[in-house]
Amino acid sequence: MLKTLLSGDNPRSKVLSLVLLAVVISLALAPFLFPGTKSLETAARICIFIVLVASYDLLLGYAGIVSFAHTMFFGIGAYGTALALSATGPTFLSILWGTGAGVVIAAAFALAIGLFSLRVKAIFFAMVTLAVASAFAIAVSQASWLTGGEDGLNYRIPRELTPAFKLLPDKVFGVRINGKLLNYYLVFFSSAILFIVMLRIVNSPFGRTLQAVRDNAFRAEAIGYRVIWYRTTATVLSAVMAALAGSLLAIWLRYTGPATTLSMEIMIDILLMVVIGGMGTMYGAILGATIFILAQTYLQNLMGVAADATSFVPFISHLVEPERWLLWLGVLFILSVYFFPSGIVGRLREMKS
Amino acid sequence: MTEEHPILETRDLTIRFGGHVAVDHVSCAFKRGTLTAIVGPNGAGKTTYFNLISGQLKASAGQVILNGADITRASVPERTDRGIGRAFQLTNLFPSLSVRENVRLVAQAKAGLGFDMFSVAESHIELIERAEHVLAEVNLIDSGEQIVSALPHGDQRKLEVALMIALGPQVLMFDEPTAGMSVDEVPIILDLIKSLKQDIDRTILLVEHKMDVIRSLADRIIVLHNGALVADGDPAEVIALPVVQEAYLGKVPEAA
Repeated sequence: MLKTLLSGDNPRSKVLSLVLLAVVISLALAPFLFPGTKSLETAARICIFIVLVASYDLLLGYAGIVSFAHTMFFGIGAYGTALALSATGPTFLSILWGTGAGVVIAAAFALAIGLFSLRVKAIFFAMVTLAVASAFAIAVSQASWLTGGEDGLNYRIPRELTPAFKLLPDKVFGVRINGKLLNYYLVFFSSAILFIVMLRIVNSPFGRTLQAVRDNAFRAEAIGYRVIWYRTTATVLSAVMAALAGSLLAIWLRYTGPATTLSMEIMIDILLMVVIGGMGTMYGAILGATIFILAQTYLQNLMGVAADATSFVPFISHLVEPERWLLWLGVLFILSVYFFPSGIVGRLREMKS
Repeated sequence: MTEEHPILETRDLTIRFGGHVAVDHVSCAFKRGTLTAIVGPNGAGKTTYFNLISGQLKASAGQVILNGADITRASVPERTDRGIGRAFQLTNLFPSLSVRENVRLVAQAKAGLGFDMFSVAESHIELIERAEHVLAEVNLIDSGEQIVSALPHGDQRKLEVALMIALGPQVLMFDEPTAGMSVDEVPIILDLIKSLKQDIDRTILLVEHKMDVIRSLADRIIVLHNGALVADGDPAEVIALPVVQEAYLGKVPEAA
């Protein structure tokens, strides 16, 4: 059963299995284990980013394609859902057609970019995606009549997904059973399903072909694979998955703006998460997203504590001041790339053998 | 008995790189079930001629005909589908994948399963069995689990040939299959080519420098020199020709 669910692609390391299990259980029971708004926001963000990062790993780690347009597809999904909810009201039908439209548009963009530019050298494709994504971000911030510009869109979501909707009169384990909880589980289970689908794709004959294309496109052609179609399909698939992740974010946040979906900063975060977790492993997305977002959210607090504790030491206390958290995130990143060039998952698997 | 159509034919096949004519109006027909050795000094255009047939290069002029169909403009995968198999001179494998996976990928391409996204690759037992079968043929069965980049050079050469055999092509093109192999490994590949030759449906093109290998295998030899076809015929006759003597024997003492 579990083997089928994981498509036969087991974590292949005891430590890794335990860590993954811990992450999945924590996310599944997050509302009960870590009560509080901020921790629930963090948990939902981790779920969504696991899908986003895994979909980027499908492209980068498995197909060997470097794209900078991933946040664009993420944004298309988010804006699709956001615009639908704004235009046709807070219903599930709006969510459905908005998400559908976002997915179709993302797929069409990916198909066009893929067919036009995947024939050429990898660096050229990367540049094209960078240019298209930048143009798209500018267009979105300029078209404020439609997208709200830099301010983004605030909208209502179906009442069943908001705290106002009470499912049970009493608390269960000290947690209110309301629409917010439903919303979290919508995010959690959608993310879980999307992840399992991607795990299947990378372990399918198609996924294996992508690895062959990544390793040696020249030989892949010579044994009969039409490389351009495989690359384009991978680009479209990862765009669709990113758009679905964007749609989840739009539903969860009740807000969609350039800073939460389209910014280059998020693109770089995704890259870091894939590399930290381990490229071409899928499970790396779970670890990379979890560690990175936890660091992003809690490193400042942790450093505040450290700064207070070391306030009597002149130099050290300055180093760990909360506003220097980006510096430390950078240090963490450099150390992890230096010591785990194959990512955390790669390192854990090597340890076993 | 009527004269059989050649399975593969090149007509005035030519490619120019700028002013340099690398392959110059080569017309040659290859009959089903034969092994033709292609010889010539370095830079004579042997590998370029192969690239024109298997599609890595596109001809400037002339035609490539396979089974009566003009494939001059066909893509590499299309030619592969039509029955052309190629083993490369410089080893050209999938380095981060296992030996078995390399061959399994060929079997998967042959089965047309490349776009199947919903089944688990390992569940297609027949592809794995096919891979095992081919690996046994080239004596690599014990290295199936190894990652290719860590494989000894000789084994990589064997795997190079295995990838072509797994395709089950009608036309097999070997580009110096024994280059860089140790003395005790060469016979494995030669025996393999001999056994492939037994199959009357297979046509083999072989670029090779070792004259003893050519003598023992070839039905016919063609000689390329500066891109042009300069000799064509029975092995014994062709080897005796001055141009071959010069290319293979005359220059050796000079160089030494």
